Amino acid sequence: MAATVPRVNPPETAVPTLPETIIKAPRRWGWPSGRELWEYRDLLYFLTKRELQIRYKQSFFGISWAVLQPLVLAFIFALVFGIVIKTPTEGLPPAVFMVAGLVPWLFFSQSVMLGANSLVIDADLISKVYFPRIAIPVAKALSLIIDLVIAFFVVIVVGLIYGETISSNVYLVPAFVLLGLVTTFAISSLAAAVNVKYRDVQLVMPMLVQVLFFVTPVFYPGSVISGGWRYLYAVNPMSSVLDGIRWSIFNTPAPGLTEVAISSAVALTLLAVSLSYFRRTEHYFADFV
Amino acid sequence: MSRDLAIEVKGLGKRFDIGAAQAGGYQLLTESITQRIKTIGRRPPTREFWALRDIDFEVERGETLGIIGHNGAGKSTLLKILSKVTPPTEGEARLRGRVGALLEVGTGFHPELTGRENVFLNGAILNMKRQEIINRFEEIVEFADIGPFLDTPVKRYSSGMKMRLAFSVAAHLQPEILIIDEVLSVGDIAFQEKCLGRMESAAHEGRTVVFISHNLASVRSLCDRALMLSGGRIVATGTPGDVIDSYAGDILSESSRSLRDRENRVGDGRLRFTDLRLERSGDVIDSPASGGDFDIVASFETADGLPMNGVNFGVTVTGQGEQQPLMNLYSETAGARFHEVSARGEVRCHIDRCPLPAGQYVVGVWADEHQQMLDAVPRASDLTVTGGDFYGSGREQMGPRTVLVQHDWSVQDLPSDGDARGATGPRALVN
Repeated sequence: MAATVPRVNPPETAVPTLPETIIKAPRRWGWPSGRELWEYRDLLYFLTKRELQIRYKQSFFGISWAVLQPLVLAFIFALVFGIVIKTPTEGLPPAVFMVAGLVPWLFFSQSVMLGANSLVIDADLISKVYFPRIAIPVAKALSLIIDLVIAFFVVIVVGLIYGETISSNVYLVPAFVLLGLVTTFAISSLAAAVNVKYRDVQLVMPMLVQVLFFVTPVFYPGSVISGGWRYLYAVNPMSSVLDGIRWSIFNTPAPGLTEVAISSAVALTLLAVSLSYFRRTEHYFADFV
Repeated sequence: MSRDLAIEVKGLGKRFDIGAAQAGGYQLLTESITQRIKTIGRRPPTREFWALRDIDFEVERGETLGIIGHNGAGKSTLLKILSKVTPPTEGEARLRGRVGALLEVGTGFHPELTGRENVFLNGAILNMKRQEIINRFEEIVEFADIGPFLDTPVKRYSSGMKMRLAFSVAAHLQPEILIIDEVLSVGDIAFQEKCLGRMESAAHEGRTVVFISHNLASVRSLCDRALMLSGGRIVATGTPGDVIDSYAGDILSESSRSLRDRENRVGDGRLRFTDLRLERSGDVIDSPASGGDFDIVASFETADGLPMNGVNFGVTVTGQGEQQPLMNLYSETAGARFHEVSARGEVRCHIDRCPLPAGQYVVGVWADEHQQMLDAVPRASDLTVTGGDFYGSGREQMGPRTVLVQHDWSVQDLPSDGDARGATGPRALVN
C-alpha cells in the first residue's frame, strides 16, 4: 500500500521573532499567570464543553437535571423543615424559601466535590501534556455556572408560581453570586491541588461540605443568629451568599454590611491562599498524579 | 559563527526525592503528618535520585535528533522537561519557536466523546487555535481515514482507529519544534509509513524534530543525529549509525550479565542460561515486527563443563502483566532432538512469522533433561513487538491477549425449505 504524504502548507517562513521558551526550575512563590490562561482560552472552551457533554450525554434527563435536582430537594426540605419541624422561613412559602437557598448551596457543594477530584481525574492529561493546570478547575467551575444560571430561573419561576413578588434589588444577585463563585473556586482549586499529593483530601471533602451545610442558612434563615454570633457566622462566606440572594430576590431581611464585609474578606483571603498554593505546586503535579 | 539553534540545553538535571514512606507519587496527609512528627528535629529520611543530570546538547533548526536508551535511562524525563510537563531541578533549556509535544498518542481523548468532538478537544490540548483546527479539520479526518465513524463515541473505536485519529491531529500541528515519544510503534504498516513520511516532510520544511524511540530502524533512517542516554546521562552522541551500534552492543552485554546472575529461576542448575537475545537473519535486533521473522537465541553453559545428553529447550511468551503465556514452545513437541549439547552453546528458536500483535511481552526460557528441570527463567527478557502486517491485508490486529493465526473466512447460503436447486456455491470468500 502506497504511503501518501499529504501536502502541507509550509510553516510561516522563518521569522526572526520566534517565541522563546525558557525552561528552568520554577520560583517558589507567585501567582498563576492570567495571561497564559488567556492564551489557552480555546482549551478552556473545549474543556468546559467536554465537562458539559460528559455530564449530560448519557443521562436520560440531560440538562434538566440542573432543574430537577434543586426542585426535588426543595420540596423535600419544605416538607420536612417547613411543614413538619416548622423552621421559620421569613414569611416565604417553605418551597420558595428552600429553593432559593438550595440552588446556590448545591452549586457550592457540587463544585467543591467535583473540583477536589478534577486534577486527579485528568492525571493522564497532566502527566502527558503541558497547559496551565488551573484550566482544569476553571473549566469545571465554568461548566457548573451554566447549571447555576439555569437553576436561577427555577428560583424565579417557583417564586412567581407561589405569588411572591420579585424584589427590585434583584440586580444585586450577581454580586452575591460572585462572592459565592470566589469562595467555591478558592476551596475547590485548593482541594484539587492538595489532593494531587495527599489523596485523603477526597475523604475530607464530604465531611467539610456536611459541616458547612449546617452553618450555612440553607434550611433556616440567617436572622435566627443574633448578637456577636453573627460575626462568627459571617466567617463562612456562603452564609452571606445565601442571605444576600434571598434578600435580593424575595426581600427577606438583608444581611448586615459588616457581615458581608467579613465574608468578602474571608473569601478573598481563601482565594489568595488557594492561588498561591496552586501556583507553587502545579509544576510538580505531573510527578505525583 | 552564529548558528541557528532551535534547542539549547545546558546543565539540565532532574532530581526526585524518594521519601521513606513513599513508594511513588502521592501519599496520605495523615501519614505525612505522623511522619513529620516522628522526624521532628531530624532530617526527614529522603533518598535523592537523579533521573537526569548534566545534560548538555544543542539542536539546530531543521535538524532531526533521535534519543535512545534503555528503559529508565531518562528519555521520558528529558522529553517531559522539554515539553514543560515537569520542571527541571537545575539547569535550563531554551526552545526557540512554537513547541508541539506528543508524549503519547491519544492523550486527552475522552471515550464518551465522538471522534469529531475529540479532534477539537485534542487539538486544543496540543495548543492549536480553534480556527486552526477548523481549517485543517478535513485534512485531519482524511489522514486518519475514519470517515464514517466521525460521529461515533471514541470508546467504540478500535485501538488502531484511535491511534490513527490521535496521530493525525498531532501531525497537523504546525509547530517549529516537534517533540515525539514512541509513536511509531503503533498502527498498521501503511499508517506507520504515512507517519514516517509526515515526520520526514516536517524535517524538510525546516521544522526541528526531537524523537525518542525503541524503533532503531526509524531512528537510523529519520534522524540526522542521535543521542544516547544511560543512567540519566548522555553517554554517546553522533551519527545514528554509530550511536545505535553502541546501543546494540550495550544491550548485549547488559542482558548477558543480568541473565547469568538472575535470581528468579528454578532448576537443579546443571545447565544454566547466560544470555538471551533476538536476531533477524544473523543481526541482533531490538524488537521484531508483527508478522516478521526472528530468532530467540539463548546461550547456556553446563555446570561441570561437560556435554550433556537428552536436553530439551522451551520458550514462553507472556503478555506484559499477564500470568498465562500466549505461546509455549517446546523443542521436543516440535520434533527437535538434541542428542548431545556441548558445555557452552546457543539454542536458537526460529519463528517464521511473529504471531503477536504490537505490544509488550515477557520471554521466558527453560531447559530440562528427561522431565528433570535444569534451569528455568520465567522472566528472562522483555520483548517489544512493533506493528506489522501479519495478514498481508494492509490492516493490523490491534489489542493484546491474542495470537495471530492465518485463517480464512467464508459465507455460504443454506438451502431454504422450498429451494429445489439446493445449496448455492460460496457467496463470498474473504482471505
